[in-house]
Amino acid sequence: MAETTLDGKRSPLARALVYGPLILFAAYFLLPLVVMLLTSIKSMAEINSGNLLSLPTAPTLEPWRKAWSEMSGYFLNSFIIVVPAVAISTAIGAFNGFVLTKWRFRGSELLFGMLLVGCFIPFQVILLPMARLLGQLGLAGTSGGLIFVHVVYGLAFTTLFFRNFYVALPDELVKAARIDGAGFFTIFWRIILPLSGPIIVVCVIWQFTQIWNDFLFGVVYSSSESRPITVALNNVVNTTTTAKEYNVNMAAALLAAAPTLVVYVLAGKHFVAGLTAGAVKG
Amino acid sequence: MSSLSIRNIKKSFGNTHILKGINLSIEAGQFLTLVGPSGCGKSTLLNIIAGLESPTSGEILIGDRNVNKLSPKDRDIAMVFQSYALYPNMNVRKNILFGLEIRKVPKAEQEEAVQRIARMLQIEALLDRKPAQLSGGQRQRVAMGRALARDPKLFLFDEPLSNLDAKLRVSMRAEIKQLHQRLKTTIVYVTHDQIEAMTLGDRIAVLNGGEVQQFGSPDEIYNDPANRFVADFIGSPPMNFIPCEVVGSPSQGFGVKMNHEFGDFVLETGGDLKPWLGKHVVLGIRPEQITHVVSSRLQERGVSGHACPVHLCEPTGPDTLVTTSLNQTKVLARVRPDSAGTPGQTMDMMFDMTKAVFFDPDSGERLRFHLSQAA
Repeated sequence: MAETTLDGKRSPLARALVYGPLILFAAYFLLPLVVMLLTSIKSMAEINSGNLLSLPTAPTLEPWRKAWSEMSGYFLNSFIIVVPAVAISTAIGAFNGFVLTKWRFRGSELLFGMLLVGCFIPFQVILLPMARLLGQLGLAGTSGGLIFVHVVYGLAFTTLFFRNFYVALPDELVKAARIDGAGFFTIFWRIILPLSGPIIVVCVIWQFTQIWNDFLFGVVYSSSESRPITVALNNVVNTTTTAKEYNVNMAAALLAAAPTLVVYVLAGKHFVAGLTAGAVKG
Repeated sequence: MSSLSIRNIKKSFGNTHILKGINLSIEAGQFLTLVGPSGCGKSTLLNIIAGLESPTSGEILIGDRNVNKLSPKDRDIAMVFQSYALYPNMNVRKNILFGLEIRKVPKAEQEEAVQRIARMLQIEALLDRKPAQLSGGQRQRVAMGRALARDPKLFLFDEPLSNLDAKLRVSMRAEIKQLHQRLKTTIVYVTHDQIEAMTLGDRIAVLNGGEVQQFGSPDEIYNDPANRFVADFIGSPPMNFIPCEVVGSPSQGFGVKMNHEFGDFVLETGGDLKPWLGKHVVLGIRPEQITHVVSSRLQERGVSGHACPVHLCEPTGPDTLVTTSLNQTKVLARVRPDSAGTPGQTMDMMFDMTKAVFFDPDSGERLRFHLSQAA
């Protein structure tokens, strides 16, 4: 509170000194996006003649149209992978978090510790063994296989999120419900899940971003029918048969990035609230 | 028929023994308070009765049924928690009815229950609110309402008043007592507050270090403490403990020697202290047994007046607490405000030894004596 009043009394010069550099940094940070946007609505002729930052003389949506026609199938592929993977990993994470905090058993702390290690295993380490496993399961090259990989890999994070949130919920709630006659699943479904809104938002945003943006698993485990959008984007950009179409590339990249941006914009406020909710008060 | 029997309950974690063999039993309709300092095992014991924790050994009987193997929901109990533990996502009505709903009680019966409880606890206007919109006292009522809804055989209260402010605590305490008088339910009530324990309980169990120090009526606990711990824990301000030497003879009666900076005197006792003659004991005497002098009472047996130095006066309103010092020990007296002396001077104090008790200076156990033949 004291700082707000100090701010109010600050001289215009001091303000300029603070805001000037901040605006400069923000502009610097946004520049690539601006270049992408500008490039995506120019024709190839204009790109080849003009400079990067010049405004388009004849804006056109043709590159977007072309990008969409090349990417739309993979867009759907990505959704087919991301939606179930996010839903399943979030659901299992919530369940794990509940068991690890409110239904402890001998060795549950050890199990949680081992799960945490999962957060630190680099993707590359599991590529080969996972490929073998997917082959044995008959899931190689399918969307189901990618969903499986992402669920397994996401579990460590989602469990951590929910566990840390639930640890702040009073144990007495569970005790009261047990005495009231509720069993394990009733307590989870009727008492714990309705209180989990903020952490579900955090978990969904995190998992959505991770899985949507994943390239490595997508490129290794997908076939041509199940290819996710990040891999398709790479193929569009690296195609060598024709001249490079920068405008189409930029539009395709923006299309690929759009869903995560939308999710952030829609739920970003809850994201911060959810991240701090467990830390401050349950 | 006893309503709750606790038989030799032990609870250990490795080498840490939380409960070391608890035996308690109460009749139907009785109000048992478990009182003791924090870490004495009282909450663990309550959780074991509820079935939320299992004992290392021993038996719990509710009614005449051994409930050791039963889960909390099958024990026919209800519990009120210190943090209230109201379900934050449900309104008051749903909180109260949750237990009935889980047990598939018919809707009409549920509605009847919620109306009855809301009337009883005066929370009719709050039924559609969420717990977050309630004050501390209102949450407390709802938590009790949730317990009352199912009409169980046994109510368990885990320090239900300790989150309330002092004034509300006193009024809720009276309400709980009134509720118990009206409903005649069997209650086990855990508290660390000795005044709550005294005011509420028909029976009090004083716990310390995982053992029952004493189990009895409030009157027994207060006037006939089993040991120095109980005597010290119950009563505010606490009992005075004065180390002293036993003097006298079988023919003239016994007494204990007191001294202060201006002289000494002997307090006569009614008991046969012969085994302790010439040895040291600890005299336990409550502040209200050391008062201003009431001349008409001086003739009574065991009552005597002595001049004592006044070190400190603390007016509390109805009476003033006067601090003096006997045998190099701080001693509190409770006197009428207008009779309180002036610090630095002496005042005459009247000692009523009829309720005085003695403790072994080493073990702290109570010393019990036959009434002396002489004197």
